[in-house]
Amino acid sequence: MLKDITLGQYFPGNTIAHRLDPRTKILLVVLYIVALFCAKGIVTYALLAACLAICVRISHVGLRQLVRGLKPVLFIMIFTGILNLFFTPGTRYVVEWGFLRISDTGLYNAVFMVLRIMLLIMGTFLMTYTTSPISLTDGLERLLNWMKRFRVPVHELAMMMSIALRFIPTLIEETDKIMSAQKARGADFESGNLVQKAKAMIPILVPLFISAFRRADELATAMECRCYHGGEGRTRLHVLRYAPRDIIALCLGGAITVGVVVLSRFGL
Amino acid sequence: MEPILQIKHLTHTYGIGTPFQRSAVEDVSFDVREGEFLGIIGHTGSGKSTLIQHLNGLLRPTSGQVLLAGKDIWAEPKKIRDVRFRVGLVFQYPEYQLFEETVYKDIAFGPTNMGRTGAELDRCVREAARLVGIRDDQLDKSPFELSGGQKRRVALAGVLAMEPDVLILDEPTAGLDPAGRENLMANIRDYHRNKQKTILLVSHSMDEIARNADRILVLKGSHILMSGAPGEVFARGAELLAAGLDVPQITRIAMALKARGLPIDPAVYTVEALERQLLALRKGGAAC
Amino acid sequence: MAEIIRTENLQYAYPAEEGEAPFYALRGVDTAIEKGSFVVVLGHNGSGKSTFAKTLNAVLLPAGGKVYVEGMDTLDENLLLAVRRTVGMVFQNPDNQIVANVVEEDVAFAPENLGVPPEEIRRRVDDALAAVGMSEFVTHAPHLLSGGQKQRIAIAGVIAMEPECIVLDEATAMLDPVGRAEVLSTVHRLNREKGITVILITHHMNEAEDADRVLVMDDGKVVMDGPPQAVFTRVEELRSMGLTVPDTVDLMDRLRHHGVDVPLDTLHVEECADAIAAAFQRN
Repeated sequence: MLKDITLGQYFPGNTIAHRLDPRTKILLVVLYIVALFCAKGIVTYALLAACLAICVRISHVGLRQLVRGLKPVLFIMIFTGILNLFFTPGTRYVVEWGFLRISDTGLYNAVFMVLRIMLLIMGTFLMTYTTSPISLTDGLERLLNWMKRFRVPVHELAMMMSIALRFIPTLIEETDKIMSAQKARGADFESGNLVQKAKAMIPILVPLFISAFRRADELATAMECRCYHGGEGRTRLHVLRYAPRDIIALCLGGAITVGVVVLSRFGL
Repeated sequence: MEPILQIKHLTHTYGIGTPFQRSAVEDVSFDVREGEFLGIIGHTGSGKSTLIQHLNGLLRPTSGQVLLAGKDIWAEPKKIRDVRFRVGLVFQYPEYQLFEETVYKDIAFGPTNMGRTGAELDRCVREAARLVGIRDDQLDKSPFELSGGQKRRVALAGVLAMEPDVLILDEPTAGLDPAGRENLMANIRDYHRNKQKTILLVSHSMDEIARNADRILVLKGSHILMSGAPGEVFARGAELLAAGLDVPQITRIAMALKARGLPIDPAVYTVEALERQLLALRKGGAAC
Repeated sequence: MAEIIRTENLQYAYPAEEGEAPFYALRGVDTAIEKGSFVVVLGHNGSGKSTFAKTLNAVLLPAGGKVYVEGMDTLDENLLLAVRRTVGMVFQNPDNQIVANVVEEDVAFAPENLGVPPEEIRRRVDDALAAVGMSEFVTHAPHLLSGGQKQRIAIAGVIAMEPECIVLDEATAMLDPVGRAEVLSTVHRLNREKGITVILITHHMNEAEDADRVLVMDDGKVVMDGPPQAVFTRVEELRSMGLTVPDTVDLMDRLRHHGVDVPLDTLHVEECADAIAAAFQRN
């Protein structure tokens, strides 16, 4: 069950999607999100979906993996869909069934809202699937470097994020182990009402927290032993350099975004 | 007498339908007799962890059966919890599962889940604590104040308190120092002797298995490589070594002595046994 | 030979709760570690061996006495980085010392912290991974590796600092026999081929067989010090400290009690068999 979580998972590869500078990919995702929110009609959505499809194709990421990433937001998608479907006032009603009415705009909105969330999530996941978490945080750190002037602890935040990502699989594994151990002592996580279910989590959460703190403590010592002393004077194994492909990708991304904005002006 | 546990053609496959599909246990069959001390040995990845989680119904077989006292444990899936009370499983590093405010409450977790209360509950908690050498005055302490070795004893007591018919121990002495290991094994031996309950001991350490088990099961690559009494298994020392498994140091000395032409039976695994053989040999030699 | 570490009347106390006396884990350790040697520190849990290890690169600072690493006082804050890059440390739990999601990034962590230029980091990472025999795992995710492999990555991460000395603080305790053998052969090779001083803290007696020197700790002090052959002959003393002796030594000890003329200092199976065979052929 816990193994289904794909957040922050990285599928190593050597495609152009993998080789792009993480900063480029972050900027492209930002552009993509902007474009998504500007998109209004079938043409622009189709254009963006086509872009995503091409990127997925290039990256060799399986479509199934990408779709699986939607699972955690399924609830939000359904919720948004239903909300839009039933509560958008419109001029013409497609279905009328008691107090439930679906207007044509409602239907239209619901489809596009759900589509928007899907494309948004899939686009972002495509980035995390093709970019190692380390280079992703590295890219973020570089992109946000200017904020250091305003005393934003950019390096520390980036380090925290990459360590959190590193420990996700470890903690998931640990949770599985603790759950099995408590089940072996007859713990029951399935039956009972909400309060009982919440109570049943204590035998998992307490050991998990204690172990997380122990790990944090040991990791801190291990990092100090390897001469970690903050971001100052740190060099990197992989130096980020924009290559021609990054410039081409950014130009393409920019052009498409501008295109989408222009097209949406015409309501397409 | 009917075996207490019967494992019949058990197979467990992970990740069916994904590129990561692999069988951790494949067509494994064996019986466990009531009251026996069975040692299970194998590398990490030999399938032993997967195997033991089937015996108390934490995992469900992909195919095959597990019978407890002649009854398929999955005959009534809703009652699988009862199987877990009858087959107690102590995981590796069990001290990481402690969570209660006091040692007493933590040990009481299992029996409480069984529905035990009052004097009955108190009796099984205290008895379990006594079996693993936890003193009465330690029962009201927080388990997190205890030393590593003591925490492990508390966790072990937490399973013993359910008074299971079969006790499965996964690497109970991992990470302990020699004295800690010996003390804990002595507790387990006492429990076995006094209660006559069935024990399955999983270990990497041939020496530990050799010294305690009546019968040994050797797993390799999801299959049973060999099984039998310790003497029988270690008589095939060369095969074990070839399979990349450890052989007790004493057995290796005996094998080396035999190779040097001394009339030694290499199926020994304790210092005492080899010592006896050598002293007998010297007497015999002197008589000549 | 030159010494790399020297401790003088080294003491350490764990801070106590209010109203209780502090617990002295180290009560005056005087020792010197020779450059290029392979030293094993044995002791039961609570003997102070792990505390001792942690004082060697200023993870813990002495409460009394001194620790000198290549002449540098570990109490001197200005020398902290210099001390830590000279004496690298590998800990018990492999999961809790790996920082990054990719093997090469993790090995690069220390040189990155030291401000080593990128090309040089690349060279060091490749060299370090080759030295521990993990080159093929450069881009793997560490959490999918076995325990022994994770510890080798942790060792590579330390080697990449190019230290003079590696301390393994019970680094084999959580491993299975295969993983333990992997780690041991790796550090023996580093010691032999790169001349790195190795200090191995353990309670597995067998790991001391091939050491140059064994220190046995008890109650915060070094109580035995010498080559393994000499230390393991003190069977009774070791037992009284809650330690065992290798079965080879145990067997020889028993045979000697029965008047068989065999030496006590044979630690390896083959040596032991040779000695017994020789004694019986004399008969």
